[in-house]
This record gives sequence, structure tokens and C-alpha cells, in this order.
Amino acid sequence: MQFDLLINAIIAGLMLGGFYAAVTAGISISFGMLDIVNIAHPGFIILGSYIAYIVSTNFGIDPIVVAILALPVFYALGTGIYGIYFQSFEKRGQDPLRGLAFFFGLLFVTEVVLILVFGVDYRTVDTAYAGGSLKLGVMEFPLRMLVPALVSLAMFAALQLYMSRTFIGRAVMAVSQDPQALELMAVDPTRIKRIAFSISMATCALAGAFLIVIQPVLPSSGREYIGRVFAICVLGGLGSLPGTLIAALLIGVIESIATTFYGPSWAPAVSFGLLLLTLAVRPSGLLGR
Amino acid sequence: MSQIMGQSVTEEVIGDVPLLAVEQLGKRFGGFVALDTVDLAVPKGQRLGLIGPNGSGKSTLVNCISGTLQNETGSVTFDGQRLDGAPAHRRARLGLARSFQLPRPFRTMTVAENIRVPLIYTVGARAGVHLTSSELEDRCMEVLSLVSLQDKASKNPFDLTQVEMRKLELARAMAAEPKLLIADESMAGLSHSEVEDIVALLIRMNERGVTIIMIEHIMRAVMAFSQRLAVLVSGRKIADGAPEDVIKDKDVVGAYLGT
Amino acid sequence: MNTPKFTLVLAAVAAALFIAFRLIGNDYLFFAGYTVLQYIVIATAWNILGGYCGYVNFGSAGFFAVGVYSTVFFYNVGQQYDVPLPIPLLMVIGGIMSGLLGLGMGYLTLRLRGVFFAIATLALLVVIETFVVNWPYVGGSRGAYIIPPSEIPVLGVFIHYLFLLMLGLVVLSLVAARTIERSSLGIGFATIRDDELAAEASGVPTLRLKLIATVVSGALFGMAGAPFPYYIGYVEPGSAFNLAYSVNAIAMPMIGGTMSWVGPMVGALLLSTLQQVITVTISSAANLLITGLLLIGFVILAPKGLVGLWQSFTAKGKRS
Repeated sequence: MQFDLLINAIIAGLMLGGFYAAVTAGISISFGMLDIVNIAHPGFIILGSYIAYIVSTNFGIDPIVVAILALPVFYALGTGIYGIYFQSFEKRGQDPLRGLAFFFGLLFVTEVVLILVFGVDYRTVDTAYAGGSLKLGVMEFPLRMLVPALVSLAMFAALQLYMSRTFIGRAVMAVSQDPQALELMAVDPTRIKRIAFSISMATCALAGAFLIVIQPVLPSSGREYIGRVFAICVLGGLGSLPGTLIAALLIGVIESIATTFYGPSWAPAVSFGLLLLTLAVRPSGLLGR
Repeated sequence: MSQIMGQSVTEEVIGDVPLLAVEQLGKRFGGFVALDTVDLAVPKGQRLGLIGPNGSGKSTLVNCISGTLQNETGSVTFDGQRLDGAPAHRRARLGLARSFQLPRPFRTMTVAENIRVPLIYTVGARAGVHLTSSELEDRCMEVLSLVSLQDKASKNPFDLTQVEMRKLELARAMAAEPKLLIADESMAGLSHSEVEDIVALLIRMNERGVTIIMIEHIMRAVMAFSQRLAVLVSGRKIADGAPEDVIKDKDVVGAYLGT
Repeated sequence: MNTPKFTLVLAAVAAALFIAFRLIGNDYLFFAGYTVLQYIVIATAWNILGGYCGYVNFGSAGFFAVGVYSTVFFYNVGQQYDVPLPIPLLMVIGGIMSGLLGLGMGYLTLRLRGVFFAIATLALLVVIETFVVNWPYVGGSRGAYIIPPSEIPVLGVFIHYLFLLMLGLVVLSLVAARTIERSSLGIGFATIRDDELAAEASGVPTLRLKLIATVVSGALFGMAGAPFPYYIGYVEPGSAFNLAYSVNAIAMPMIGGTMSWVGPMVGALLLSTLQQVITVTISSAANLLITGLLLIGFVILAPKGLVGLWQSFTAKGKRS
């Protein structure tokens, strides 16, 4: 009996982890590679969830498709925010405190605006595959989790390919290690950073759609992801996309097992506790530089 | 002094324990080896010049000696004490001061207040006394006049010229009343006479008993100042001895001209 | 003005305020005033670590809540064994609890860059909240009731007593902040904020100082939280861990000015009053929105806060 439960907890954890990877990918780029502590990231994911909700409910389009259509919008949003961030903080060489406070303010404002527009009730979407699941022997794969997990892995693979194969992708990896080298190659580091940040913001659209497919969403849902996202990022090693994926799967499984056997109220403490532990013991993470 | 290649001059120092003994020091950044088994012994009262091409590891060496970075292998012994793992502030209080290659002034404080910090936290802490504000002011002005910055005492460091900021950086290290001062490229951008002034200042400090390691690219200054010269290339010490011999050494010439 | 004189002046102002409120006789002043005073302490506490040392604490609500729940715990203990503890003692205990939390957390995370410390504070907040929610003795998610006495000797009205206690804490925090600022400890804190590596090279024991700042900051948060159960009567995690505390703890000093003890006080007074007005006239959600927008606005446009603006304004006046 317990064995079945464990197997399915692990499977659920893996799918959850796949989703977490999507959520964290953006932070892996903005924080891991660009050193920008965008703690508003989870807030924008929730924004993505609500946009997916509105369009999906009113036009009957699948939320993940909505997100794909919304990618350019979020990309533009990222460009705008980076512009403000760059002008106000990075350019002036201000202490990091201000940048942090800025993003914290953004997170807060985003949440409050969502409350004002949508109220504090749970929102959820109906998808064609909600409720169904794939069964293989004792293993059960609920589709509402499987589909986002698979699309997330696809997104992740696309990002990794982009980072390692394209010129801009490699420039992003370079700018995180040696901005001067870029300047010597006559590439504007600011432009590279702007593109990278915009990409990281674009991932919010997809991650948000995944979230609302998996579970109902509240404006404050972002908060429980802040620690998770940074826990995964730090555990996986800053700036390492593969590391992020492994860490995400790991945390997904641990959380799932904890929830299955000890109840959902302990789940947040798992990732946050793991984060504290990692910071205390091995801040460079599993695969970090 | 005879010319000695790739070896430390410890054999020359008979009886006396060197003030600074760096032994087999190693430091890596990920896969990159910044320092590779560096040995360096500095006897008390010496004026040592340290040169090397950009990226050779000079600043990393300084960082490991001063405690800003922790070395992975090897050891640093200062004034007879092993410094393994000791944080930078403890080394400063033992008498080891360094200036930073790129000046790092405290930006919300005035020039004078910048000098006050080592006075309070190194000199005062070392002696276990709490200096009064008039004592602090006097010593502050003393140090600032050594580098001719006394008129700028109440200015913000970022209102100074680049050159003045470098002098402030050096002054802040001097204010700590060190036994060993490591001056990391303090003279970049200075005019001919300013370079001479700083060299003279450092020599005066040395005559008062301060051991000094000068890291510089300005060869004129290095040759005028150093009693001994060490050369670092790609994390390894390739020469160490009398300045006039070292600069003629073919490995050293090769490193600079790229043969 | 030296410290003893400043303390006396501040205490005199506080006493005058208290007497004035008593004469006016409207209890609403005490209830609203308590919140303002509480925020002055919170803002000052945050600023000691955030403004002076440059280490941002996003989880202020967690430290505040430790004070709150330590009182709930000891209140329950007191009820169980019939040994009711006086509130000032509860404040000291709350301060000790939160101070220890700051010490432990600081020890784990202060060796890392400031950014990791900030993230760790967020994580800590959630961990603490999860523990509290799962701890039935202090009410867990159902909440706990604290029944204040109906009458207080000498003062008569209970809220007056709470207000007086909080006034005392305000005086304590402001004196502490100002004393630190003017001492060599304050200089050390400033060097950590300005350039930690240069600070270490100049002999500043940065880890030790950061730990001191974290402990002092944490203790003040805890002391501010300790009387809260008596103020509110019913404590549940939503109110104790309210994100508003974390946001205000940052917004008030950043809007008021982070470089001195005056900034957090100014920020707390203005923002707190503004929030009460907006909540009553528009809505509490609008209130949070405006706070967030103000924070962003000031961080971008006026990084030195209102105090900084005032200083440049008066400096310009002198030059002309």
C-alpha cells in the first residue's frame, strides 16, 4: 500500500519539479547570470496566470496557447523594467539595497493590483485535459500536471539550446563572467543584459499558464514561490540551467513526499528550509561556479 | 646580493625570522589557477618590488596575504604567526596593511572620516584604547598631510580627482600604522613629480621601520624604490633577487616581450 | 546634544504627548497612536541593519511575529499555571527570543553576500510561519485569544497602558539608534554598507558587527511585537505575519531616509498616518497599493528619502 503511495508521490514530485523548473528558469537567468535580484519574478508569474485565465475563459483558448501568444508582451514588459532598473540603479552604481527594494515594491504592487482587479477569490481554468490522467500499472500521471511538465521541459530545452548555440545566448553566459571581454568584442553588455532580462520575463508568461492549469491561483500565490525559486536557483548553482533543472526536480520530489506523508501545511517549510541549509553549508550549489 | 632565480631568498636571511613568509601558496577560481605554489619571504625592513604582466596574479597574491581572499593550499606566516583562515581585519590589526588597486573609499564619508576608520578599528583596537575625537582629528590631519590631502579633508571621496583618490587609498593603508604595507599600483596616472613624491614618502616610511611591498608597472618607480625585485607570471614566481639582475633575466624579458 | 540630554528631551516629549492625549480623552487617539508608535519602532529596528549596514531584511514580519507568539506562548503558560506575566516582562522576553533568532540566522547567512542574506530572510519568514501554523499550543491556524484585563491600576484604561509601554519602547529605540549612529560602532556599520572588503582591510570586524546589528534589530522587532496580542485580542498567523509589516519596515525608512535615526521616524509617522487615512476613506487594498508605489517612486527618484531631500533643500538655501 505504502509503496504505491510513494511511487505516485515521486511521480507527482517529478512533474511538479518540471513545473518548478519553468518557474525558476527566468530567475536562473536574471539572478544567476545577470546578478539582478528580481524577487518580483513570482509576482509576474501570477500576472501571467491571470492573463491566461482571462483570455482562456473569455475566448476558450487553451491557457498554454494563450501564454505562447503572450510571450512578446512579457518580453516587452521585461525590456521596460530593465530600462528603469538600469537607469535608476545599475548605471548610477547605487548600492544593491535600492535595487532590491525596487523589485520588492514591484512584487507588492503587482499583487495588490491583481487583488484590486480580480479580488481575493481563487481563479481556475478548464482545460480539455483537466481531470484525465495517464495510467501505467500502479503509476498515475494526472494530465493537468503532465502536460505543463512536458511543455516546461520543452521550454527548458529550448532555453538551454539558445544559451549554448546562439551568439546572443553565449554572450549572456559571457557577460555573467566577464563583462569587459564583451566590450572588447564590440558587443554592448547592456544590450545583452536587456535581452536576457526580457527573456527571463517572457518565461513568466508560460510559467503562469502552467501554474493555473495545475492548481487554482490567488493574487498572493506568488509569495510561496519566492523562497522556492531562490532555493532551487541556489541549490542548482547560480547560472547553471542544467543545475536548476536537477534542483527543481529534487525539490519537487521532496516536497511531494513531504506533502503525501505529512500533509500540505509543511510543504513550504521544505524548500525554504532547504534554502537556508544550502546557504549555510554549500552556497555554490550542486553545479555552481 | 647574488642573483637567484625562481627561489626565495630565505637562505640570505640568517638568524632572523622573515616578517612575511608565503609558502607554497595556491589559489584557484573554479578551473583557473590564479596562483601556483608561490614562495616569498620578506625580511623585516625590506623594500620589495613585485612586478608582472596584467593578469599574472599579483593582486590575487595580495588578496591572499591580506586575507581578502583565502588561499586553498600553502600558508602565510606574518611576524611568526600562521595566518591560516584568519579574517582580513585580524591581519590588519597584526600590522599588515594593503591598499586596493582600484580605490575603494567609503562613499558616504568624508576624506577625513575615511582615515578615521583604520585609526579607530586598527590602531585603536590594536592598542586597546579608545582614541578621543581630538586625538583622532590630529592623527587624521597628520596622515592626510603626508599625501598632501589635508585641504580636502571635508570633501567626499568621489569629488576628488582620480589621482587624489589613489593617494587617499594609500593614506588609508598608512593610517593603520602597519609593520608591513602592501601598496598595490598606487601610482597609476600620477605625474612624474607626484611619482617621485610617493616613492620618497614610501622610502621615508621604510626608514622609520615599515617593511614595504610595492606592486607597480611604472618601472622608474620600481627601480628607484626596490632593494629586491620579484616577478610573477601566470601565477608563478619566475624571478626573485637584486633589481638590476632581475630585469636583465631572459625569462623576465621574455614574459614582457612575449617570446 | 549628548545622549543623556537627548534621552531626557525625548522622554519629556513622550510624556507631554501622553498627557495631552489623556486630556483630550478620545480613546481612538490611543488606538491609532499605538499603531503609529509600533511602526516607528519597526522602522527604526529595520534601519539599524538595513540602513546603517546595508543588509536588507525582507522577513521583518517574521521577527515581529516571534515577539507576538512568544507572548501568546507565555500567556498560555501563565493561564495554565496561574502565573500571569506582566507585559513589560513579556516585551523583554519577546526581545530576547527575536534577538536569538537574529543571532542564529545571522550566524548562518551573514558570511555570504548581502543579497543571499536578503533572500534567506524571506525563506526564514515562511519557515517560521509554517512552524507557527502547525503548533496547536499557540493556536496554529485557528488562532489564539488573549484576554486583557478590563481595568488597570493608576491609569484606568487598558489601551492607555499599552500606549504608554509603546511610547517607552519608542524612546528606547530612538535613543539606541542615535547612540549607535554616533559611536564607533556606527562608523563600523557605515563602512560595512559602503564597502565591506575595504572595511575588513581597515580592521573592522565585519562579521561581529553584522551579528550585533542583526541581534539589536531582531530584539527591537520582538519587543514591538510582544504587546500586540493584547492590543488585538485575537492572534492568527494572517495578522501576525502580515506582509504589510515586511513592506512597511522597508518602505518607511526608505521613504523617510536611511542614513540617520530621524528618517525611519519621519517615514513611519507620515506613512502610518497616510495609511490610516486612506484605509478609512478609500480601502485597505488601495492603501497597500499606494505604499508600494511610494516605495518604488522614492527608491528611484529620491534615494536619500525625505530627510535627504530636506538636507539638499537647506544646503541649496545656504549656498545662495
